[in-house]
Amino acid sequence: MALRSKNRLRHNLIAFSLIAPFLAIFLLVFLYPTFKVIQLSFTNAPLIGDGEWIGLDNFRRLFADRLFYTSLYNNIYFVVLTVVPTTAIALGIALMVNRLRGRLQALILATFFLPYILPVSVVTEIWAWMLDVQFGVVQPTIEAIIGRPMPVFRNPQWVMPTIAVVTIWWTNGFNVLLFIAGLRNIPTELYEAAALDGATPRQQFTRVTWPLLWPVTTLVLTLQLILQLKLFDQVYLLSQGGPFNQSYVLLLMVYREAFQLNQGGYASAVALVLFVMIMVVSVLQFQLLRIGGRK
Amino acid sequence: MIRTRRIENITLSAITLFAAAIWVFPLYWALVTSLRRESRVVSDSAGLLPDEFNLASYIDAIVNTRLLTWYWNSIGTAVIITVVTIITSMMCAYAISQMRFPGRRVLYMVVLASFMIPAQALVVSQFILMNDLGLINTWGGIILPQLIVPVVIIVYKQFFDAVPKELREAVLLDGGGEYTLLFKVYLPLNWGITAALSIITFIGAWNAFFWPFLVATSESTMTIPVGITQVQDTFGVQYARVMSVALLAAMPVAVAYLVFQRRVTEAVMISSGVKG
Repeated sequence: MALRSKNRLRHNLIAFSLIAPFLAIFLLVFLYPTFKVIQLSFTNAPLIGDGEWIGLDNFRRLFADRLFYTSLYNNIYFVVLTVVPTTAIALGIALMVNRLRGRLQALILATFFLPYILPVSVVTEIWAWMLDVQFGVVQPTIEAIIGRPMPVFRNPQWVMPTIAVVTIWWTNGFNVLLFIAGLRNIPTELYEAAALDGATPRQQFTRVTWPLLWPVTTLVLTLQLILQLKLFDQVYLLSQGGPFNQSYVLLLMVYREAFQLNQGGYASAVALVLFVMIMVVSVLQFQLLRIGGRK
Repeated sequence: MIRTRRIENITLSAITLFAAAIWVFPLYWALVTSLRRESRVVSDSAGLLPDEFNLASYIDAIVNTRLLTWYWNSIGTAVIITVVTIITSMMCAYAISQMRFPGRRVLYMVVLASFMIPAQALVVSQFILMNDLGLINTWGGIILPQLIVPVVIIVYKQFFDAVPKELREAVLLDGGGEYTLLFKVYLPLNWGITAALSIITFIGAWNAFFWPFLVATSESTMTIPVGITQVQDTFGVQYARVMSVALLAAMPVAVAYLVFQRRVTEAVMISSGVKG
């Protein structure tokens, strides 16, 4: 008995030594900051230094702040502009690429995936040049359609849709890959059976491909939803939230309040709202995917 | 019937190629621009086809910016992040998957929950923490918050779960310990997964913008994605140079991707759980 409990202790010590490095980092840079941001949101602390407990004042101020609602609206607008379009485009591209074979398929797939591995600042610099109002290569096309060149990042109507286009170009390759993996997981016998039963290509898509691809579609939609709510980089680099705050988003508000206006407490309150929004979506995603039969 | 099928096929292939051409155009255009002289870039007569092969702006970018410093910072931090994340996550996943100890279930729930926590919402308190630790404008400050990549633990655990139990019992009977099992049996059995997860972690760290942008404010500690945004400020609107810098910044990972295309593709699929 004594030997057993000694072995037990040894076993547990070994287990703890295995988890200790991860756990130490996790507690330090993840869990502690999570509690800290909650605590800060109830104070009037500057970015560096202590503040006083002010209860719910930050949240009262936040829910009366027009910029907060503008940011929230822009976040949702951006989600609408990107999530479903990028999923549809990715599905279309995946279906097209999946028809190809061998080297051609690898080449075309690489073409669509390459932007995804570029740093965001490379992406924004390329697009800023392409859309330059004086010399941009896209401007003649815009001029042909609306009759004049358009400074897209300085126009309130154009700024968000343009950032959405840039974002879709940048991140779409990831979704294409997920759809291709999903398509490859569909057994070919199902198509053979469908063809034997005289199904048209259209019926094959609506009766075989689409239902079996639904779990991947759900995954892509929810991953995109979470990703696009965290919008910051592209907006900061392309339009700085302007013009007239028409591309101001929550994470940009966190950045401005904390790092430029030195309002650590207020910025934490904004961050907490975003935090809760994303957690809710993530929990929904988790449930949704579980219902869909995944782990 | 067969003829309409054939026309349909050719049309679809043509659309695919056209879409691919649109998708690659921005990169093509960046390359063409970077190889022109500045005066040619903004000239009215310059067309869409490459017409110059002028490396001056590349040389200029390397000589007159701190690009090499930023490369070094990016490579150094991304390699350390990848190695540390992989090793600590693998050890933790092994304990959760193969050992029974108090708090095991809670630990796994915490890992799953942290999967949902948006790190971006923690930047304010993480910044304060890094400041308290004196790590602003250091590699340590860039690295530390990026060491938590929950997906690595989750994927490792799934793959460790699938290793046959007999193997474990055999090694334990031969007197091998848990560390022997992990590094001599489980790790070698899962090299493919380790490669895939390393690729994903490395690309993520190499491309990270928001956090390094906050914590590295002096040019000597910036990583590539942050550093190149300074170049525009220095050069104004000299697009050939801006494009040269952008392409140089994109080059290492882009080339690595083109060489290891299949592995990267697999890595993305495995880590997102659609294939495993």
